[in-house]
Formats: sequence, structure tokens, C-alpha cells
Amino acid sequence: MSGSGSEKIYSKLYEQAKAKVEPKESKARVLVGTATCGVSAGALKIKEDFEREIKEKDLDADVVEVGCIGHCYAEPMAVIAKPGFPPVCYGYLDEGLVHRLVEDFLGGDDPSYEYALAALERNDVFPTFEDFPRGVYEQKLILENCGFIDVRDIESYIVREGYSALSKALAGKPAEVLEEIKAANLRGRGGAGFPAGIKWEACLNGGADERYVICNADEGDPGAFMDRSILESDPHLVIEGMILCAYAIGAHKGYLYIRAEYPRAVRHVQEAINQAREKGLLGSSIMDTEFAFDLDIFQGSGAFVCGEATALVNSMEGKMGMPESRPPRLASKGFRGKPTILNNVKTFAYVPFIINRGADWFKGIGTDHSPGTAVFSLVGKVANTGLVEVPMGTTLRQLIYEVGDGLPNEKEFKAVQIGGPSGGCLPESALDVPIDFDSLHEAGAIMGSGGLVVMDEDDCMVAVARYFLEFTQHESCGKCTFCRLGTKHMLDILNDITMGEGDEETLSLLKELAEDVRDGSLCNLGKTAPNPVLTTLEYFYDEYRAHIEEGRCPALVCRNLILYYIEPPKCSKLCNVCVGSCPTEAIFTRDDGLKEIDQEKCVKCANCLKACPPEYNAIVKISPPVLPPEKEKKTK
Amino acid sequence: MQLMEGEKEKILSSVDEVLSNSSKKKENLITILQKVQAKLGYLPALAMEKIADGINVPAADVYGLATFYNQFRLNPPGDHQVKVCLGTACYMVGGDITLESFERRMDIKEGETTPDRRYSLERVACVGCCTMAPVVVVDDEVEGKVTPTRVDGIMLELESKNGKAESKDDPGENQVTHQKEGEQE
Ligand SMILES: Cc1cc2nc3c(=O)[nH]c(=O)nc-3n(C[C@H](O)[C@H](O)[C@H](O)COP(=O)(O)O)c2cc1C
Ligand code: SF4
Ligand code: SF4
Ligand code: SF4
Ligand code: FES
Ligand code: FES
Repeated sequence: MSGSGSEKIYSKLYEQAKAKVEPKESKARVLVGTATCGVSAGALKIKEDFEREIKEKDLDADVVEVGCIGHCYAEPMAVIAKPGFPPVCYGYLDEGLVHRLVEDFLGGDDPSYEYALAALERNDVFPTFEDFPRGVYEQKLILENCGFIDVRDIESYIVREGYSALSKALAGKPAEVLEEIKAANLRGRGGAGFPAGIKWEACLNGGADERYVICNADEGDPGAFMDRSILESDPHLVIEGMILCAYAIGAHKGYLYIRAEYPRAVRHVQEAINQAREKGLLGSSIMDTEFAFDLDIFQGSGAFVCGEATALVNSMEGKMGMPESRPPRLASKGFRGKPTILNNVKTFAYVPFIINRGADWFKGIGTDHSPGTAVFSLVGKVANTGLVEVPMGTTLRQLIYEVGDGLPNEKEFKAVQIGGPSGGCLPESALDVPIDFDSLHEAGAIMGSGGLVVMDEDDCMVAVARYFLEFTQHESCGKCTFCRLGTKHMLDILNDITMGEGDEETLSLLKELAEDVRDGSLCNLGKTAPNPVLTTLEYFYDEYRAHIEEGRCPALVCRNLILYYIEPPKCSKLCNVCVGSCPTEAIFTRDDGLKEIDQEKCVKCANCLKACPPEYNAIVKISPPVLPPEKEKKTK
Repeated sequence: MQLMEGEKEKILSSVDEVLSNSSKKKENLITILQKVQAKLGYLPALAMEKIADGINVPAADVYGLATFYNQFRLNPPGDHQVKVCLGTACYMVGGDITLESFERRMDIKEGETTPDRRYSLERVACVGCCTMAPVVVVDDEVEGKVTPTRVDGIMLELESKNGKAESKDDPGENQVTHQKEGEQE
């Protein structure tokens, strides 16, 4: 059967989808964001509230589950699309607000703009997200449909030109797909930025009768959730990208390696696979051509190191997920010994766009050497946390201050951590570094797979370095001595420093060890594990020194170096709130009516500090942990 | 951990069932362990021995895998499972202090189950809603902004659920409400 058959099949699919989706979309709809973050904020309850209210008022409106639209800080949120109005997005929903929106907007004609975050289409009445300062910097590509398509309905994807890239590709030769990806210089989004086209070509030339395509959705960085959000919000985009890859390299079987801790992503992807099979987009004779390809999910079991290519393959083969030395690369000898392509979720997600719009269009976005966009989960001490997508080349400053709207509570910026346990902490002076693979690497961090954590004056850099090292130390597979023992030794030293122990020599030993581990490890887990330590040592040396020389934690975090203290002049004496909040009954009332903390009993849990009413604010942390002499008593 | 009455039989029959529905290849070992854990809630030593027999590999290999992967638990889950997020964002706003508060209240360490099997406590990495850090997952329901003070509240709620479950006059009460993630296959 000839290629143009695929285009005929596609237009049929498209017409069918349109006929089904259009009537649905021409009436009022409520799109509730139910990605993991929405669900945790109570989105499923909000969805029920909408359904109930709509039923009670006997209105004709559908409630639909969609994914993450990126403004996670305002969860739970929903978009109301009603004919005659621009679609409007509402955040911070609760039962009362739902009631009101159903009554006034769906029932009446008042969009209640006072509760709206933004409109989603340009109009004369209300601003859109693009009118926000962040709109200037954001450019949504692979996140474009996240939050707008019905995640459980393939037709919702098809009417947005989903699978048109596949039909276009099938009408031509596999080599054309490969050429386009190569020409686009699509670099892998899983961390290292290796050009996907070159990898695919090596796999194609790897001989062998069988090849595999695997999507790496292990996402082990403990502070990142982009890959999961994409799979939860737009699973077909990734599936289409994988089919295109399979076509280019002549593979017939593929897997999505998703961690088992992501049950929602697993479920959505499984549903998407089933629907794609029903439509003839997976299986034998895809779109009526001779091309056959099928996909299955492999559930990862939660070991960070399994995100590493060779370890991932080992774990899929039922072995312990330990990395192997390379070469041979997976592209020549991978899963079951066959040539295998492993790419990140986001890498695959770009593929349909590149096939549809062309390599030149893609290269027009971003920088010369890092074309396209970068996707981050922006978290930590930043006002607008969420999922963001910006063109490569955007600076960290723009990302944090414009897109993320800066730091909340007028706190001072201290550092930004990029690339998770393999990345680094960059200071204020590095904020003008453009975000691309090479510039970040030069600055000592890495692109990683996209977690970006903003830290302020209340975060201790030694504690942060210790946190990441504890993580990698725990996750080390134990194969190499340096990684196994070196990280342990480093962790011991960092633990000591957080307790104020050590001297200049300790710090130089720490640095030496870090370099040894970096140079003596087999895989990138070990090679990059020292990065958080090396960057904090480089940029925040003073903080390390304060710990060991003065026994002081400048950010008041390290618990062995602080104590909690009630400032007598500020305490109201009467309120007693702190007493009840203390889990160890460490707070007692003195004869003079003032409250005092029994330092022997205090476990430094911060309960009392949070409980003390803001009008008194009498409880403080002190470092070094030395009780101030009490002036009060003497004057009385 | 001591096996409860009738538990041995359940373990044996679950392992049998999983093994008879899977191809007994070493390549399937992780999937088999996942399935057995889905049935039993954890991987008791007995189950691992039986699996090793079933697919004819040394028991040490099965232990090795089960301890290598974080997903597998060697202790039975409690009636109420509390998971404290120690992902980056949660850690930075005191997730570790929250974890400690639970350890104190339950009188166990992270990774353990209380001897009466009422509670189990774990740490997890980013559950995907860092916006609400620090986050705790109580019986599959995610709770945001859990300060140590809130820990007491959570424990009280769980204790009162226990009380009700025991008096058995309201069987619906223990049903976890809206935010429960569906059972994964
Ligand atoms: C310890 C470790 C963990 C990794 N975790 C991931 C991960 O979670 N997701 C991912 O896509 N790549 C991860 N990688 C990178 C992969 O080894 C591999 O480079 C990547 O999946 C290739 O895809 P890409 O070319 O599309 O980036 C990890 C690497 C290491 C060393
Ligand atoms: S560097 Fe660490 S994680 Fe990587 S193979 Fe060596 S021991 Fe294992
Ligand atoms: S920090 Fe915690 S333990 Fe110490 S006094 Fe305050 S409430 Fe009590
Ligand atoms: S809560 Fe604050 S003001 Fe009230 S008694 Fe305690 S320290 Fe004093
Ligand atoms: S998950 Fe809901 S907006 Fe991000
Ligand atoms: S770090 Fe806890 S939810 Fe992300």
C-alpha cells in the first residue's frame, strides 16, 4: 500500500474526531486541571462540585478532566469555555466559588472576572496569560496542549492536528524523518543534550534484525515533575514522537519506562496506547501502511540510577539496575542485546512538531547550538511555581523574576539549583547566564532534566549540598569504589560541618574527595554527584566557614547550631499558644509569668515559632546556640 | 515482623497465583515482585523464597533485587500509611522536621511499621505538588503545607478512624474519600 493512503486515513480520522469533538466544544465546558498537583490540591472534589451544581441547575455543560496548564501555584483551577465568551481561567477554587461560577457564568452571563486569573484568547475585556509579564518570555511548544485537551480522549488530540505528523511521515520515506531530526539538531532533553538525530542514525546503522525504542520517563530528580506532567496531560504527543522514531529507525517494538510511583501517568498512558491501537495508530499496518509498531509500559521500581541508560536496560531485563561501561552504546547493543534508542519524554515530544513544521522552524527558536525550548518545573522560593517553557537562551534572571514573578515575602535571593542531584547551585552573579546546554555546563550546573529550585536567605547551602549528597549516596548502585565509599566519606564530612565540626583542612579534603569521585566513577551518577558540593564550595565558601569557624549557621537551618529562644520583652505572657504546640512539653511558665524553653527537652521542631501569634512574634532562632544573657531579670 | 494468623496461607496462595499467570523467566522477576507486592502490600521473606523456587534462581538474587529497588517494601504496610515527601522543595521547607514529628508520634523510624500494624511511615521523593510543600501522603490522600502542628491533627484523625473501625458500627467510615488515587494495575 502506498504512503498517500496514510493521508487519506488521517483525514478520515480527523473528520471523525471533528464530528465528535466539535458539538462537544460548541457548548459550555468546564476544564478541570487534574494532573497530580491539581489532584493533590483537591481538583477531583472541585470536579464533583461542578458536576453537582450543573446538574442541580439543570444546565447543559460538560465537565472535562485536563492536565497541567503550568500555573500550579493557583491550584485547584479550571477553565470555563462558554460560547460567546473568551475561555476564562479561574484559580484557587473552592466549593463556594464553584457555586458562584456555575450560577453566574454558566447559568447567567457574568464571567465573574473578579475571580479570574486570565482569559485564554485575546479579547476586549480581560487580559490573557500572554499579557502577564511572563507572557513575553514564555513560549509553549510541547506544553501547548497541556491543560486543554481531554486527557482521556484521543479525538481531543486528533482535532488539534494530533497524528498529522505521523501521517505526513508515513507518506514519505523513513530517511526523511531522520534527516529532519538531524537537520533540526534536536538535542536530548534527559540531561546531557546529545543530538537525537545522530543517535538515531547510529541505531539505524547498527545492523541486527530487531531494534527497540524506549522512552525514559524515570524522572528520578527528587525535585522535578515535568515528564510526569507531560505524560499525564498530553500522552499522545509522546506516543506519536515514539512512533515517528520507530519509523525512522525501523523498530517494531517500544516501551515507556515509567516509574511505578507515577500511577496517574501510567494510567493515562495505558489508556492512550489502547485508544491509539483502536484507531490503527499502533499495531500492525499503522494507518493502513506496512509499518508495524507497538508500545508497552514498563514500570520502573524507583531507583534513581535506573534513569541511566544502561542501568535502565538492565532493570528491564529483570536484573539489578547497575550501569555498565560504554561503549557499546545502546544504539548498537541495547535492550536484549539489540540496537536501542533511549530518549527522554520531552525529546520525543518535540518530534511531531519538527516533522510538521520543519527543521528550519525549530532552529528559529532558541540558540544556535541549543535550538528549541527548555521545560522546567519551577519550585522553591518563587512566587509562581509551576511548569514553565521558555526558549533556550532565556536567562535565569528572566525565568525567575519575570516568569516566576520573583521571590515571595520580600526575601532575598540566594541561589538557584539546577539539574537536581547532578546539578549545581548558582549564585546571584550567575543569574545572567543564558539557559542552554553549554552555558549552564560552563557555569558548573547542568541542564539536567529540568528541575529548577529557587532558594532564599533562609536556605543553608551546606544543608542543601548535604541533602543532595545524601540522596546520591543512598542511590549509588555500589559498583564503583569511589562512588560508593567516596560519597559516604563526603557525606560524613558534610554531616560534621552541619554540626560545626571541622577546619580549613576538612574543606580541602572535601574538595579533593569530590574531585576523586568525579574522576573515578563509571556512570554519570557518580561523576556528577559532587556537583552540588563543588558549586556550593565555590560560590558559598563563607557559609561553610561560618559553620566550622564560628559554629554558626547563617541561614539558621542546621539544627545543631541553633536554639529556640523566647524573647522576654516580646512575649505576651498570657496567650500560652506555644505551650500547647510543643510536642515535648519543653515550654514552661516561669515564676515571673514569662514562658521559657527548656533547652534539654527542645527537639527544635519549630512548632512554637510558627504558633506564636504574629502580633507578638516572640520566638526566635539563635545561632551559634548560646543563650543571650537576660537583661529583663536584672532591671526588675 | 511476625506473621499474623492466616497470613502464611495468603502469602503462599498469592505467590502461586502470580506465578501461574506469568512466564517464569528471570526477565520477569521485577514484574512478578511488583504483582506479588500489589497483592500482599509488601514482600515477606516467605514470598521471596517461593518466588525464587518458582523461577529457579537463588533466593539471594531475589532479595538482592527487592532491596535494590526503593519500590519494594520488606515490612507490611500499616492500616494507615503515611508517606512524607522529602523531595527538594519539601525538604527545603522542613519536610524532615515533619518526618521526625511522625516518628515521634508513632514511635517508629521511617521505613518501619508499628508492631500492631496500625501505622507505617515512609519517605518519598517529590510527589509532584511542590507548590504545597511540605507534603504528606496519608492513605493515598495528599495533604499540603503540613507543619509539625498539623502532624498532631493528622494522627488524631487517624486514631479516631481506628476507633470507629473497631466499633464496626459505621463500615463506610474508613472509605478514603475523593482524592484517592485509583489502584494501579
Ligand atoms: C543517574 C542518572 C539518572 C538519569 N535519570 C534520567 C531520567 O530520569 N530521565 C532521563 O530522561 N534521563 C535520565 N538520565 C540520562 C540518561 O542516561 C540518558 O542520557 C537519556 O535518557 C537519553 O535521552 P535524551 O538523549 O533524550 O536526553 C540519567 C542519567 C543518570 C546518570
Ligand atoms: S558511579 Fe555510582 S551509580 Fe554509577 S555505576 Fe558507579 S557506583 Fe554505580
Ligand atoms: S522548637 Fe519545638 S520542641 Fe522546641 S520548644 Fe519549640 S515547640 Fe518545643
Ligand atoms: S506563643 Fe509567643 S507570645 Fe504566646 S506565650 Fe508563647 S512566646 Fe509568648
Ligand atoms: S498540575 Fe495543575 S497547573 Fe500544574
Ligand atoms: S518535593 Fe515534595 S512534592 Fe515535590
